[in-house]
Amino acid sequence: MMKILVTVKEVATVEDEFEIEGTSIADQYLGSDLNEWDDYAVEEAVQLQEAGLADEVVTVTIGPEDCEQTIRQALAKGADRAIRVWDDALEDVDVLDVGAKTDILGAVVEAEDPDLVLTGVQSGDDSWGATGVALAEDLGFEWAAVVNHLEHDLEDGVASVRRELEGGVEELTDVGLPAVLTIQTGINEPRYASLRGIRQAQRKPLDVQGLDDLGVDAAAVEGAVTLTDMYEPESESDVTVWEGGAEDAAGQLAELLREKGVAP
Amino acid sequence: MSDVLAITDHRRGELRDVSYEIITAGRDLADETGGDLHLAVISGTVDEFAEKLDREGVDAIHTVDYGEEFNHGVYTQTITQLYDELAPQYVLAPNSVNGLDYAPAVANELDLPIVTDAVGLETDGDTLGVTREMFGGKVETATELEGDAVVTIRSAEWPAAEGTGDATIEAFDVEIDEDALGSTVTGFEEVGGGDVDISEADVLVSVGRGIEEEDNIPIIEELADALDATISSSRPIVDNGWLPKNRQVGQSGKVVTPDVYIAIGISGAVQHVAGMKGSDTIVAINTDPNAPIMDIADYAIHDDLFDVIPALTEEFQ
Ligand SMILES: Cc1cc2nc3c(=O)[nH]c(=O)nc-3n(C[C@H](O)[C@H](O)[C@H](O)COP(=O)(O)OP(=O)(O)OC[C@H]3O[C@@H](n4cnc5c(N)ncnc54)[C@H](O)[C@@H]3O)c2cc1C
Ligand SMILES: Nc1ncnc2c1ncn2[C@@H]1O[C@H](COP(=O)(O)O)[C@@H](O)[C@H]1O
Repeated sequence: MMKILVTVKEVATVEDEFEIEGTSIADQYLGSDLNEWDDYAVEEAVQLQEAGLADEVVTVTIGPEDCEQTIRQALAKGADRAIRVWDDALEDVDVLDVGAKTDILGAVVEAEDPDLVLTGVQSGDDSWGATGVALAEDLGFEWAAVVNHLEHDLEDGVASVRRELEGGVEELTDVGLPAVLTIQTGINEPRYASLRGIRQAQRKPLDVQGLDDLGVDAAAVEGAVTLTDMYEPESESDVTVWEGGAEDAAGQLAELLREKGVAP
Repeated sequence: MSDVLAITDHRRGELRDVSYEIITAGRDLADETGGDLHLAVISGTVDEFAEKLDREGVDAIHTVDYGEEFNHGVYTQTITQLYDELAPQYVLAPNSVNGLDYAPAVANELDLPIVTDAVGLETDGDTLGVTREMFGGKVETATELEGDAVVTIRSAEWPAAEGTGDATIEAFDVEIDEDALGSTVTGFEEVGGGDVDISEADVLVSVGRGIEEEDNIPIIEELADALDATISSSRPIVDNGWLPKNRQVGQSGKVVTPDVYIAIGISGAVQHVAGMKGSDTIVAINTDPNAPIMDIADYAIHDDLFDVIPALTEEFQ
């Protein structure tokens, strides 16, 4: 039986209209959500457990107390227990870069000793798209990036996966376990948590650990990358905005389509 | 002087476009301090690839004739050995699906920082400045790091290098530890075929997550019927199973270039835009005036699709 660890990030979401203060978006325009890709990773792990291939699904999140709501979402969908890593040393870090995440998550994997680690392909907010593969290399695990199908047999310690390449081409790959797979959206249909699941999630263990507990050096998480500026991108096109309400705008678009001779 | 080692990308016997773009990105970066540009071409018909890659601005091409197709272990081992041998300051890789399958491993193995999906690069020899996006393209950021680094570059951001170069082409003597190659590619499959080819359509009515529910898809179908147009979509619509895979526009779907592309409730993430930015005329219908799709749209309606689409359909009935 396998043990599966799923990395789960709470991502920041931005409202339509927002303001930038220094190198970040002003707090009042920010919301939070379970990272879309991690939602699929949690679902895949829970399905492996339901298929009788795994006996435990553990989530790990690097984040402050605020993200426990998001962690409970993953527990409500079927994960058995959660680990949250936070530390005063992380409060002041302005970019948690791939190296820092790898050090922290690596320490958790070493302590938990899972057979399979599932991460998302990328985090929806800062989109490094790199943490899963860096983590695998760090641990000496095998890996596969951008997995959109995982064969649920895992015989002889091999995971048969499909990697989704560009342009509708999929690569079929066999990966030896233990491994880290970075999970792509569409691999499954993430469930909505049931009311029962939500109630149970409140009672599931959520263990909080600091860098000392994990034996991670505070200097290691400072990261090598600094953020020096944030701004709205310049438009590449000269966009004509049709105003005057939905009906008027629809009329203008209809006219354009007729002018171009592409509509009846 | 900061030398640059750039890794090229190929698949099933063909060099991919980003291989020529990474030459431009690498040359520009190396030029800032008068450094050299080295290219690596790993696996496949490397001699033939090297000849094609010998474009203006390339100083040296290192070929590694090992295996046919991409294997991340072979790439990781080769690049780390090349780094030890050539001591470049920057390793550039494409931000492709395969790039993301080895670049983070190379960075970790070499104990270097990694910055991904760069759209701009500059250096003074000590500090590397990287421009990249956050929040699905809603903002752009400037980041900095000191010393050596691994950087992946976004495709179609730099122009393809042209002309013929006079690079030295040399086989690199790599030592591959086969026991450490824990993954094997067993084949490829094309997906998303079927009866409709959205890349042939003159007008695409393209629907995104703004549609909210499967039950709302018919309002898009009615518009497509009225316009005699074809329906396409962004990825989440296909992920949810609301439309078949052959309707997906973007990096992992189809590239389309219709006369008119109407993006309805689509934010314009880079992987979507990669599939439709070549459209003649782009119309965006989105409640969010700051959605990244607005940066490439020719015409825009900042309004609710549930008001705009029925009104538009009515115009043609
Ligand atoms: C490796 C990889 C490959 C990918 N390949 C692809 C690909 O091939 N194709 C692709 O599309 N994506 C791809 N993606 C996903 C991509 O990153 C985005 O997640 C996706 O394109 C978002 O789709 P969307 O714009 O429909 O949804 P969202 O980003 O959620 O945008 C929905 C939009 O609808 C607007 N909206 C909401 N309500 C309304 C309303 N009532 N009226 C009008 N507007 C409204 C919102 O303002 C928002 O802008 C890929 C990602 C990765 C990591
Ligand atoms: N703070 C975090 N806590 C837990 N997991 C994370 C965190 N950041 C990234 N990850 C995992 O790494 C994946 C890739 O993220 P990234 O490399 O940041 O784009 C995400 O989908 C998560 O599964």
